[in-house]
Amino acid sequence: MKNSIGGKGSMSTASSITTWKAGDVVSVPDQFPAGLRVLVVDDDPTCLIILEKMLRNCSYDVTKCNRAETALLKLRENRNGFDIVISDVHMPDMDGFKLLEHIGLEMDLPVIMMSADDGKDVVMKGVTHGACDYLIKPVRIEALKNIWQHVVRKRKNEWKDLEQSGSVEEGDRQPKQSEDADYSSSVNEGNWKSSKKRKDDEDETDDRDDTSTLKKPRVVWSVELHQQFVAAVNQLGIDKAVPKKILELMNVPGLTRENVASHLQKYRLYLRRLSGVSPHSCNPNNSFMNPQDETFGPLSSVHGFDLQTLTATGQLPAQCLATLQAAVLGRSTAKSSIPMPLVNQRNIFSFENPKLRFGEGQQQHVNNNNKQVNLLHGIPTTMESKQLTSLRHTSQSIGNLNMQVAPHGAQSRQNNSSLIEMGQPLSRVQILNDSTVPLSVGQPIVPNGIAANVSTRNGIPENIRAPGYNLVSQTSSILNFPMNHASELPVDTFSLRSTLGMSDHTSKGAFHEDFNSEIKGSGGFLPSYDVFNDYQYKSQNWELQNAGMILDDSQHSNSLQGNLDLTQSVLVQQGFPSGQINGQNRSVPIVSKAMFSAGDSTEPGNLLNVNHHLNTIRADNTVRVKSESVADGNPSNLFTDHFGQEDLMIALLKQQQGIAPVENEFDFDGYSLDNIPV
Amino acid sequence: MDRNRLHNQVASMRRSLFDQGYLDDQFIQLEELQDDTNPNFVQEVVTLFYNDSTRLIQNIEQALNSRPIDFCKLDDYMHQFKGSSSSIGAKKVTNECTAFREYCNAENAEGCIRSFQQVKQEHAILKRKLEVYLQTVTSFSNSMSCMETILSYIAYTIISSSLYIENMDKYGKLFGTTPQTELGVDKCLTTL
Repeated sequence: MKNSIGGKGSMSTASSITTWKAGDVVSVPDQFPAGLRVLVVDDDPTCLIILEKMLRNCSYDVTKCNRAETALLKLRENRNGFDIVISDVHMPDMDGFKLLEHIGLEMDLPVIMMSADDGKDVVMKGVTHGACDYLIKPVRIEALKNIWQHVVRKRKNEWKDLEQSGSVEEGDRQPKQSEDADYSSSVNEGNWKSSKKRKDDEDETDDRDDTSTLKKPRVVWSVELHQQFVAAVNQLGIDKAVPKKILELMNVPGLTRENVASHLQKYRLYLRRLSGVSPHSCNPNNSFMNPQDETFGPLSSVHGFDLQTLTATGQLPAQCLATLQAAVLGRSTAKSSIPMPLVNQRNIFSFENPKLRFGEGQQQHVNNNNKQVNLLHGIPTTMESKQLTSLRHTSQSIGNLNMQVAPHGAQSRQNNSSLIEMGQPLSRVQILNDSTVPLSVGQPIVPNGIAANVSTRNGIPENIRAPGYNLVSQTSSILNFPMNHASELPVDTFSLRSTLGMSDHTSKGAFHEDFNSEIKGSGGFLPSYDVFNDYQYKSQNWELQNAGMILDDSQHSNSLQGNLDLTQSVLVQQGFPSGQINGQNRSVPIVSKAMFSAGDSTEPGNLLNVNHHLNTIRADNTVRVKSESVADGNPSNLFTDHFGQEDLMIALLKQQQGIAPVENEFDFDGYSLDNIPV
Repeated sequence: MDRNRLHNQVASMRRSLFDQGYLDDQFIQLEELQDDTNPNFVQEVVTLFYNDSTRLIQNIEQALNSRPIDFCKLDDYMHQFKGSSSSIGAKKVTNECTAFREYCNAENAEGCIRSFQQVKQEHAILKRKLEVYLQTVTSFSNSMSCMETILSYIAYTIISSSLYIENMDKYGKLFGTTPQTELGVDKCLTTL
């Protein structure tokens, strides 16, 4: 009777859970809390049986264990199998508080402690260890009737965190990003990571039709889900995309129109942002990434796509995605001249394969990235203002991309940071190394960190001229400087890292020239690329992360190859495992390639070379991105010609390697690409 | 009736258990948990408690007999025991456990030993009382069900008989009845 009711209740309630949306009033389906899946752990058989009966009488779905290890095993086997855990404090095999810690870390479920002991210190211990409630034995049924509140509360808070991180990112993008970027990136990272972690653990609970009866008060936009969303939006066309149709296209059970609507709104915001307003909004990576992509197709779609995935995965706030996309889009449009392979962007965004298309739309990216990457873009003087700006934008976008990418895998972690930074207001130009290389570029190409990332990331001792161009060695340094300009991107500029922010490298002056080369060299400037990696890795702040991601991850030596992809993937990174991005770092080369050859978006060869180099460099892809972004920045002066691609590649690569993972510190801020001679 | 007697017995036993402080509110919780899906829930829990607590008592005794006395372990055991007994509402037992723990904390071996004797005593007394009580409860519920069965059968018989008689009357008129049949029918009707 009761039991059966409970069972039934759970099933029916399962679906209703998914309809909950974050941000919505945490509404509880009618049957809730019936069917709540409770795990009870107590070594006392008498208590255990009594609790079980009581919980069943409350219509909960009860599983009992008499040992802590068994309980942990059960929880690990079935990450999403339980909604709440009730555990005794005194147990022979494991201390109840220890179990509490484990659960909190691994599964992040609400845990209620129980004991016959009602001493203040014990209760305090429970609180400090994170228990959400403490019951004194003997437990009465009334006390158990309300345990569902802890579940609801926890979910609500989680959602809020996600949202906040998202908004933080967005906000950061625009305003003073440097500081904010740092802050938000870390915050976002944290959130992203944790939520990602949670998500990963829970395996996209919101995606699938939860069989659990737990009603989640929110829908978590996982990478897959987001990808579906982006695909649907692209299919419909960004203008025509209405929630209802998107929902139909997505065909995800348990998703409501409201979920889609709110997500779409965020996505739109993101796109808008991408288009550019904020200099570092977009992942410069994006722009970088895309350089390869001639088909600078609907940037939005591409970006959106990636971003979406990013968002999805890394919980890249949809907004970020939107922004990125918008930025990228904006970039592309602005830089029509730059054959920014927007299309590639799409790829870029696809975190899955971190193909930082650096090359793609490099130009565009560059422009976009310029925004972010500014640093990297050793934007040739010619393009000085305009280009720089564009570069900046691109860099930004790339940065964003990076950010997105960042979530990719672990590697991207770093990238993420850089990416994120990238995403961050380019102003920050995360000069990873704090070497605000005064890019004389005049533009504040402070590629968000992208440039910086690039430099740092790659560890390429590029004189990352980009002051802000802290090419975080991490993927974030994807901010491949649009090194195109700096034809002579002296390989040593790989120390982009160093230069970038590192300032010192003369890069300033030579930066222009070098910048290009550097950028190229840094091959790995595909910061964006890395960013993506990172981004994915972090997945949380995909914006930020992207920046970081791109730059980073030189870990993926194949980054070069990946770079191109990276860019794409970077964008996507958001949720994607940065690992990919790193691989994507390859894209860096792409990016760099793009940079190198302005019009030469697809220079597979170059890219490959670059990639190759980059791979070695392991520079953050981001670095590459950067370079690309730089290239993007100057549509005209895209590095393409100036830098020997090889040089750039080398530079990038070096950079990637050398660039120390700049945790989302794209601070390109000073990435003053001194007029990178176009 | 026997049933009533049984019923009264159960009620008074229960009352005294509560009044004398052997059981407390928690026991009522257990009783409330008993329902049709678990008709013997209380019995099951009590049985489980006594099986488990016997083991604990043995452990405590062992610990008390060892030298030097490990008060920490003692405290642990007693903590468990207390938790169990409080879960079934064994009030007196739980109180004795609390007293024991105090001695234990003070590392008063003498006090512990004495207190433990009390614990064991209360534990045994309650066990006996609960056994009796639960047995009475069982007989009562059994008798109850027996009576119910009988009563329902009687009701059934009456109803079906009256129906039969009605029909008989009808048929009789149709086919005509012999004087014997009529007599028989009349007899039936009167008895019923």
